[in-house]
Amino acid sequence: MDSFLDLILGNTLTRLVFFPAVACIPLLFLREDGPTGARPVKIYALVASLVELGFGLYYVLPHLGDGGFPLMRDAALDWIPSFGIRYELVMDGISMPLVLLTVFLLPLVLLGSWRGITKHWRAFTAANLLLTTGMLGAFLAFDLFVFYVFWEVMLVPMYLIIGIWGGERRIYAAVKFFLFTLAGSLLMLVAILWLAWTHFDLTGTWSFSYEVLLEMGLPANLQMWLFAAFGLAFLIKVPVFPVHTWLPDAHVEAPTGGSVILAGVLLKLGTYGLLRFALPLFPHASHRAQPWLVAVALIGILYGALVAWVQVDMKKLVAYSSIAHLGFVVLGLAAVDLIAWQGALIQMVNHGLSTGALFLLVGMIYDRRHTKRFDDFSGIAAVMPWFAFFLVFSTLASVGLPGLNGFVGEFLILIGSFRELPVAAAVATFGVVLAAVYLMKLLYRVLWGPLEHEENKSLTDLDLREIVALVPLCALMLWIGFAPQGFLAPSQTALERLHTQYTSRLAQEAPSEPTMAWWRPPEAPDAAPDTLDEGTPLQQARRDDPGREPAVGIGMEASPGASGEGSREVLR
Amino acid sequence: MTVPVTWYLLLAAALFAIGTAGVLTRRNGITIFLSIELMLNAVNLSFVAYSRLLDQLTGQLVVFFVLAVAAAEAAVGLALFIAIYRHRRTIDINRMNLMRW
Amino acid sequence: MLDWLWLIPLIPLASAAVTGLLGPRAPKAAVTTVAVGGPGLALLLALGSLWEYAAIAPEPVTRTLYAWTAGTIEIPVAFLLDPLSAVMLFVVTFVGFWIHVYSVGYMGHEPAPYEHSYQRFFAYLNLFMAAMLLLILGNNFLVSFVGWEGVGLCSYLLIGFYFQNDDRVPPQAGRKAFIVNRIGDFAFLVGMLTLFSVFGTLEYLEIFDAHNAAHVAAFGEPYALGLTLASFVALCLFIGATGKSAQIPLYVWLPDAMAGPTPVSALIHAATMVTAGVYIVVRTNLIFQLAGGVSMLVACIGAATALFAATMALTQTDLKKVLAYSTVSQLGYMFLAAGVGAYTAAIFHLFTHAFFKALLFLGAGSVIHALGGEQDIRKMGGLRKYLPVTWVTFWIGSAALAGLPLFSGFFSKDEILAGAWAHGHWFLWGIGALTALLTAFYSFRLLGLTFHGGFRGTKQEREHLHESPAVMTVPLGILAVGALGAGYLGIPKVLSFGAELNRFHHWLEPVVAHLSGHEAVAHLAVRTEWLLMGATTFLALLGAAIPGIFFSHALPRFQPDYRGTALDDGFAYFLPKVYTVLYFKYWVDEVYDKLIVRPLRRLAEFFWKFVDGIVIEGAIRVGTFLTELAGDFGRFSTTGNVRDYLLYLFLGIIILFWWVFV
Repeated sequence: MDSFLDLILGNTLTRLVFFPAVACIPLLFLREDGPTGARPVKIYALVASLVELGFGLYYVLPHLGDGGFPLMRDAALDWIPSFGIRYELVMDGISMPLVLLTVFLLPLVLLGSWRGITKHWRAFTAANLLLTTGMLGAFLAFDLFVFYVFWEVMLVPMYLIIGIWGGERRIYAAVKFFLFTLAGSLLMLVAILWLAWTHFDLTGTWSFSYEVLLEMGLPANLQMWLFAAFGLAFLIKVPVFPVHTWLPDAHVEAPTGGSVILAGVLLKLGTYGLLRFALPLFPHASHRAQPWLVAVALIGILYGALVAWVQVDMKKLVAYSSIAHLGFVVLGLAAVDLIAWQGALIQMVNHGLSTGALFLLVGMIYDRRHTKRFDDFSGIAAVMPWFAFFLVFSTLASVGLPGLNGFVGEFLILIGSFRELPVAAAVATFGVVLAAVYLMKLLYRVLWGPLEHEENKSLTDLDLREIVALVPLCALMLWIGFAPQGFLAPSQTALERLHTQYTSRLAQEAPSEPTMAWWRPPEAPDAAPDTLDEGTPLQQARRDDPGREPAVGIGMEASPGASGEGSREVLR
Repeated sequence: MTVPVTWYLLLAAALFAIGTAGVLTRRNGITIFLSIELMLNAVNLSFVAYSRLLDQLTGQLVVFFVLAVAAAEAAVGLALFIAIYRHRRTIDINRMNLMRW
Repeated sequence: MLDWLWLIPLIPLASAAVTGLLGPRAPKAAVTTVAVGGPGLALLLALGSLWEYAAIAPEPVTRTLYAWTAGTIEIPVAFLLDPLSAVMLFVVTFVGFWIHVYSVGYMGHEPAPYEHSYQRFFAYLNLFMAAMLLLILGNNFLVSFVGWEGVGLCSYLLIGFYFQNDDRVPPQAGRKAFIVNRIGDFAFLVGMLTLFSVFGTLEYLEIFDAHNAAHVAAFGEPYALGLTLASFVALCLFIGATGKSAQIPLYVWLPDAMAGPTPVSALIHAATMVTAGVYIVVRTNLIFQLAGGVSMLVACIGAATALFAATMALTQTDLKKVLAYSTVSQLGYMFLAAGVGAYTAAIFHLFTHAFFKALLFLGAGSVIHALGGEQDIRKMGGLRKYLPVTWVTFWIGSAALAGLPLFSGFFSKDEILAGAWAHGHWFLWGIGALTALLTAFYSFRLLGLTFHGGFRGTKQEREHLHESPAVMTVPLGILAVGALGAGYLGIPKVLSFGAELNRFHHWLEPVVAHLSGHEAVAHLAVRTEWLLMGATTFLALLGAAIPGIFFSHALPRFQPDYRGTALDDGFAYFLPKVYTVLYFKYWVDEVYDKLIVRPLRRLAEFFWKFVDGIVIEGAIRVGTFLTELAGDFGRFSTTGNVRDYLLYLFLGIIILFWWVFV
């Protein structure tokens, strides 16, 4: 891995992550103020996002059939060797569904915003694409520093999206979002640095690599602090009570596309972080903190649902419903049961789909009426039957109707957590009643009843573009609901691996002093990562015949070493 | 009878203190420069004294550097004050607080 | 044919999709064909399957479609045909089909703004059929639960069918139904989770296997809340059943559900969906047998609901509401039977009730249709001259409901009461008998107020009075045959001169778990049974006679312009307080609202306005305030004064020196 260009050209995951960023460049040459307005930009945005989706599917689909998604590892690049920071991207069965969710939602976001966003389309497209790069990088990073960089990269475009194209109190909402998440992530940075420093103290070399740091054993009380830091950063993002107040404001003020991507993907980064980093790296701390996590999850489920019930603004209702839904996910993660984790993972995807659809729908009605208050609506089903259909459909998926996707996740989470935490699971089940209460309110106030306001009588139903944006979401909701095995099977091996990793680490006593090589991953699958990436032709050539000058002609020095091991010259 | 080195050092210290006091308390910019020069000369004196004490020429060499720097700094500083005076008709440094909160 | 068992729920699902998505642009005839053809086809398949099954009964038959896997969990999407689900299958497909036919006529010309809702109705109704069939044919809790919630969904959509009404009653009623149902579903889900966590499977045949000593023993273990596993799960499932089958305390949605179109009330809220609770209790009778306390609870709640609802039906003035309360009451009978252990009797009553109640509702629909939408029985009367077929069939239904001898209700009700007495629950028998009296009373009151006496409506209505078209009267007739004859499938021994004619009981017997040590079969002496039968018959006839007097030709001789309201007027006059309490339905809805809904809402608002708005936002504001405060203090060091800066410089150097060298 010798240069950044080679990196992009050669590696699948890097291509996936950076393509949106690269796709921003042609935006400089497009015009927004021409005769057709922003149309060229809109079409370009859609095309670029569809290409990205194509990439995602192309890389993922071939490997879905063989039961359990294998580990896809990009060749690592020594980014800052003096600090042991390696640019390393890995996609396994846990990140794969979330990556697919991200690239799936992006075109829908851009398509759904065609009517809602009226100014600065190039900037909007660029913000979304950069945001996608950040999110994908965060999902795929296996080096803590790289993860942190991508985590921060996500903040700024989201801040811009809320702050520029948002509603009336957009600055307030954007700043609130930014500061909340930043506060959490700064704490996480401290924890990351502490981990790296401890590693340095123990071995004399720097490393930020996730897998290397996994082998480190830490005393329990130190773990508590670090877990608290990591956990707080992720829990703020989820968000859980009581650090959730940024979400309703952010959602209400954000434009439709921003809300969809915020609810659809950004919130999942919190739960993903919990699953990937916070829980495995600090097993004893997370075990001790389990009651707290469960409590906070339950509060989220019940509190979020109750507060959603009394909202006067449609978007705020859906925002609080996100808190309730993700409470289920956090419960599933906290239960540390394989089935609950599967449920949590699929529920992350499900929530992205159903809440994404709900936000799109709210956005569609907002495009027409420029209001989101319940008081301004009633009886819309009479004039907009297709809208009514999709709204009812998405609401039912959200409420967890069996046969649709929401139920699959909820059911698995409840089954998984019931064995360990029966009382908590029973309380969480009550959440389904409350979910019905507030979602029925949504339908009742918006769709049913007589048409009260004059303006509503002339509303046009969904046009083709809007239906095209909604249909894929609804089709997936139905598909996952009826035949979830296609969606659950690929993540199974990765989750099992993570689970056995976690439980075996938990089984060992926490050392009283930080120690290296405290825990070695089980031999068979991890010793030789089943890398799918054969590398660039350049790397292949080098592997075949190390001494020979490669004929690929990128103009670099031949360097010793094959696919990523050994010392290397890094050209900057 | 030779003058003990200590006396030179004490003199240097006294001059330095007087210079510092001047820098910190005087209002007039020129006076502040004067005090700075006094401090610099005190430093020079102590360097020479040490050079004599430790029997090394290094101290005296440093004195040359200090003299050069002092001269340059005085030139620049006086030029600045002339420019300031042209604008504000005063060199009372208490009056120069545009960078207030 | 049995291999195509899985098609039975799927065909209505397909027809629902087609009707719903393509219906709006299609001609009415096409919609009718698909929408009625779907259930029709399902009926044919069902009949064929039943015919085949009859040969191998009572061996259960399972057909798996695919496996719903999630890692280590594997739950097959499979369908089970055993004696119990066979009965349910017949009821659902048969009654369902004829109600679809009826709806072609009833929903054919809706007034504005619902002229184009025809296909929407049928899409929902077909979807309902699919869900109900999933519920009863599922071989495990998961598939049944999909159907369970599915029927709840369709109930919501169909109750709120007339969603554009100005008074907003239909969508409110639909919302209420959904939410109250969900409360039951919550308990049901907890029961499911418990079963899965203990047994690792959700399949009925595996869990409720009376021959599996390990399972039986596991059910006896203490589990939670001081209850054994059996009691806990039974309680959870029963609470779920009370939600779906409208028992105390979750019955409040059913009367409101009458806001939906009448065929919906007939199919969903009389014959099928509300019977799902009874079905589940009978399906899981093993644990109810093992949980004596919970069974007693079931019986008591059943009996209490039966009586309670019957009292409310005495004074209602809406045609459909009387029938709704009647349904709640009859469902109470079914639970009473299940609670005392007479499971086959419960299903027998479910069977007969499906026929006569659907008949009554369809008849009511015929009346409402003829009157152009009027549902208030005070404005009806004397309709038997104008709607003869409806009158005859309604009469048959009322007689069956009242339990008059020779009609179907008589046999099933009698079996329930005999079962209650036989198991020693004399008090419950008494309540059941009293309810029988009231049932007869209100059903003949309804009949009389609607069809007898003088017409009390407007002149225009009288001009438009006409019998319903054949597409509506034929189903009425067929259901009347059922209401008359269905009882003869279960003739008790005492009436059959020694022959074993209780076919129904024998068919269903294998479904009732026979636990060693639990004597489920109780026998009554012949004389006792005759006595009981006589007593209830007497009560029923008495109950029917009272309104009969008022509506006979006797009274008009005393009062020429007697319109037939003397019964109610008399009641209100002589027992005003009782009348008021009953008329206002004991103010249960208001109590629920005051005790549960409002406080919960206030709590939610408290959370939002205070906790979120003041406490948390306040904490954040404190943070920002402190930061600003620190900034305010900090800025005083930037005086702009060079001397101060020099001072800071100097102090800094001193500190630096100190730190480095000291």
